[in-house]
Amino acid sequence: MRTENQKAWFFVLPVLGLVAFNALVPMMTVVNYSVQETFGNNQFFWEGLGWFEQILRSDRFQAALGRQFLFTFLILLIEVPLGIIVALSMPRKGFWVPVCLVLMALPMLIPWNVVGSMWNIFTLPKIGLLGYFLNDVLGINYDMTQQPLSAWITVVIMDVWHWTSLVVLLCYAGLVSIPDAYYQAAKIDGASPWSVFRYIQLPKMKTVLTIAVLLRFMDSFNIYTEPFVLTGGGPGNSTTLLSIDLVKIALGQFDLGPAAAMSLIYFAITLLVSWVFYTLMTKDDAQ
Amino acid sequence: MKKRSLIPILYIAFLMLPIYWLVAMSFKTTNEILSGFSLFPQTFTLENYITIFTDPTWYWGYINSIAYVTINTVLSVCVALPAAYAFSRYRFLGDKQLFFWLLTNRMAPAAVFALPFFQLYSSIGLFDTYLAVALAHTLFNVPLAVWILEGFMRGIPKELDETAYVDGYSFPRFFVTIFLPNIKAGVGVAAFFCFMFSWVEMLLAKTLTAVDAKPIAAVMTRTASSAGYELGLLAAAGTLTIIPGAIVIWFVRNYIARGFAMGRV
Repeated sequence: MRTENQKAWFFVLPVLGLVAFNALVPMMTVVNYSVQETFGNNQFFWEGLGWFEQILRSDRFQAALGRQFLFTFLILLIEVPLGIIVALSMPRKGFWVPVCLVLMALPMLIPWNVVGSMWNIFTLPKIGLLGYFLNDVLGINYDMTQQPLSAWITVVIMDVWHWTSLVVLLCYAGLVSIPDAYYQAAKIDGASPWSVFRYIQLPKMKTVLTIAVLLRFMDSFNIYTEPFVLTGGGPGNSTTLLSIDLVKIALGQFDLGPAAAMSLIYFAITLLVSWVFYTLMTKDDAQ
Repeated sequence: MKKRSLIPILYIAFLMLPIYWLVAMSFKTTNEILSGFSLFPQTFTLENYITIFTDPTWYWGYINSIAYVTINTVLSVCVALPAAYAFSRYRFLGDKQLFFWLLTNRMAPAAVFALPFFQLYSSIGLFDTYLAVALAHTLFNVPLAVWILEGFMRGIPKELDETAYVDGYSFPRFFVTIFLPNIKAGVGVAAFFCFMFSWVEMLLAKTLTAVDAKPIAAVMTRTASSAGYELGLLAAAGTLTIIPGAIVIWFVRNYIARGFAMGRV
């Protein structure tokens, strides 16, 4: 077991210094802005919790938050089951395993704005492969820049394309750690494929699935670059997710106070939901 | 068996389609792209790539990106190693809280930090340097590296440390010559993830640079808007950004699955 040793703090100091510098100083800047009003010239006036109230009550924030939750919900709903299915049907050993892993991981290593541009090129109505196929071959009227529904579907599919592999790789890692003896025992007992999944594979994947759901939640909730490059938040405001709205307020309109208040609310929601997920998913372990 | 392998094949085909389209576009002339749909490049051209490799604003974008990603990866892994060792071997005051606090930084939306980072790094005179981007990316990479390395280190029995001390090894010598070789795979996986998240992150990298350290992906957006809509050029630049990731992933292909599983929640 681990031994008690307070000197271990010295080992942690470099990390602590580096992360504290990067996290605390900017965080304090944000807190500072969130309670003040400025009219330029570096003059600040105490505003109290006014910005927080204003943001929480504004229709714009509520709408963006609603879209964000819908987006994250759809992402988890599609990516987690799909990831599990793909992981279950992957070969366990042999030549194709590394090939599969490398090809699947490839989308995750493409810079996020390139992902956006790539999907833009892919879905252009007359020129893109998908746009051409849908419009001219299947005769479906599809134009991301005009129709909110098309834009939504495209943004969701893009994220499924981009990140499902993370769930696949995590689940696969859990699956390969199951000893063959478990499967042999199940075979002797005449277990159905479903009970093999339910009582052997799913429990073994539990830890990695927790990581997968948490990571997918955090990252899809904080998503900015890909939808911004693809749709710019449009048409209208239909795909303006929380981060896109935040950057619009902070860097576009330079409303520092409201933007800072919104940042803190945003961060608090992310932390809260992550904590709830984590507690729910690890509840059984604690008992 | 045949039926089952259909799912991964379909899934991989779905993943490859947009990538194929990007690569195909990069070999087309602007005329061909705008004149209509073609599944394969009709007039195969390397012009887009030649433009990128001869124009300094383009190829410096790649050099800049690779420079800050490398600095970030080395820095993150180096500071994470001792910390992960401490977390895996010792109990100390506030260790659990500290570990959790580190992970919360992974949850902060980058959009929240864009403006404060700009002000912070401007005020200490690091704006538009590789170091600024590399340091900013440690915010989410260091916690991740600590997390992964800690998982690997816990798999090494503590007897290894004790035997080395009995044999008269000093701590630094033990760490470098005995311990590190044992967690090689972990270091590789941690470095891979640091590389990956630093390479793909754009919002902070773009906010913290102007000219000298501008990343390739930011060069792409600027060129796309100023020099008209040159899809072929954009596609070629995009294709080139996939290559470093593909090379790195090939090196760690045997460790990926393991690396994912060893982390703890």
